[in-house]
Amino acid sequence: MNIKKTSLNNLHIKYGAKLVEFAGYQMPIQYKDGIIQEHKYTRSHSGIFDVSHMGQLFISGGDDLTNDLEKIFPADLKKLKTNQSKYSFLMNNKGGIQDDLIITKTSDGFLIILNAACKYNDYEVIKSKLDNQYKLNLDESLSLIALQGPEAKNVLNKVIPGCDNLKFMYGNNHVYKNEKVYITRSGYTGEDGFEISIKNSDAETFVESLIENGSKLIGLGARDTLRMEAGLCLYGNDLDNDTSPIEANLKWAIPKSRIETEFVGSEVLKNQFQSGVKKLRVGIKPDSKVIARGNTKIYNDKNQEIGKVTSGTFGPSVEHPIAMGYVDNSYSTVNTKIFLEVRGKKIPANICNLPFYKKNYVKGEINV
Amino acid sequence: MSEVKYSKEHEWIKLDGEEATIGITKHATEMLGDIVFAELPEKGSNVDKDGTAGVVESTKAASDVYTPVSGEVIDTNQMIVDDPSKINEDPEESAWFFKLKIKDKSEMDSLMSKEEYEKFAKETSA
Repeated sequence: MNIKKTSLNNLHIKYGAKLVEFAGYQMPIQYKDGIIQEHKYTRSHSGIFDVSHMGQLFISGGDDLTNDLEKIFPADLKKLKTNQSKYSFLMNNKGGIQDDLIITKTSDGFLIILNAACKYNDYEVIKSKLDNQYKLNLDESLSLIALQGPEAKNVLNKVIPGCDNLKFMYGNNHVYKNEKVYITRSGYTGEDGFEISIKNSDAETFVESLIENGSKLIGLGARDTLRMEAGLCLYGNDLDNDTSPIEANLKWAIPKSRIETEFVGSEVLKNQFQSGVKKLRVGIKPDSKVIARGNTKIYNDKNQEIGKVTSGTFGPSVEHPIAMGYVDNSYSTVNTKIFLEVRGKKIPANICNLPFYKKNYVKGEINV
Repeated sequence: MSEVKYSKEHEWIKLDGEEATIGITKHATEMLGDIVFAELPEKGSNVDKDGTAGVVESTKAASDVYTPVSGEVIDTNQMIVDDPSKINEDPEESAWFFKLKIKDKSEMDSLMSKEEYEKFAKETSA
């Protein structure tokens, strides 16, 4: 398979990116400043993330679209206002997560933002579940740029005035260089921020103007440490086909109004809501400076294996190793002592609350 | 003048009589990125040529540190354990990893000179 490039590829190279392959795309893992500086700059000022590899799926046509999509996704789409977004899941019949995604109601349908590695499969699954009745467009003529951090609103407002009126998890149409752009107030770093959907041909000049206004390009490396500090899941690491949203501790994303209704995986979820789950995603804080990475085995104080780490790193803002993973539900209480097997040694750690880093979202519904 | 040599695993070693100081090269730190954790061998332990003698971790991944020669660990650098970012700042001087009383000086022979290492590093990172 040929490796794909986003519309910002030349810009990545210009700003000294170290490029890696990610989900079939050539993407920047870091730029010249390195992961820690990039992470801290996002927390203290603002960072620009090329997330154009993610899927932008537009679905429109037909009065029954909302109803039909509710048969797929466990979100309350009927209550969604135009331009409002919700975090949701594409599940399999066993309640396992095929992808986690953001659904936004647009003026003529819905926009769904999909993970890069899942997007083509998601497209086929959604299309077939909708019986080919609607117009689906996985639009690759658009780039997706995230601008994140406390200064994001000031920087973006200089380039596209008026965007600071948006509330968290809402979007709107704006104009950049006489072209329509769609901006949502959202992101995946634990900071206030925006995601801008923009024509490929305008993406480079747009990003250059963000840089001129004080922002900096940030690579996937810092995106990963930022989302981990914010306690957010990475599909493929923390979420997969064998893990349900309840097990992933994401049941807040399934509204009460939908629990008794039918959608893909609803039987399993209903059961789990009633009887509980065996494993649960938790935050993990090692006592020492040792870092426990994904796949590290977790033990109790009797040396019995009770789970597995799914993401772990050093948190540059919390200045301590952090991790998340799944443990047997009876060990999921905060402050439970656990042991992580790193290089043959059992490292003491505690179950802790997520997020590791306090969020700075602009009001609203919170809890993403 | 003391002799400095380099290994294919990107360690440098400076020999002073029977005492060798070992660390990782600047090139290695550039490949690793920001280092956030360092683990060193125990003082008094014995390490064997090409065996694991420590760990460094960046935000992205963990990497073993190997010893290019055999010997007894006579000192370790607590500074880099307390502040691993020093390894990025000054890898080939103050941020050394450990000192050995070496067993066999001839183990130095198979290691690379500065020029040879620079050429090797350039070729392998291309």
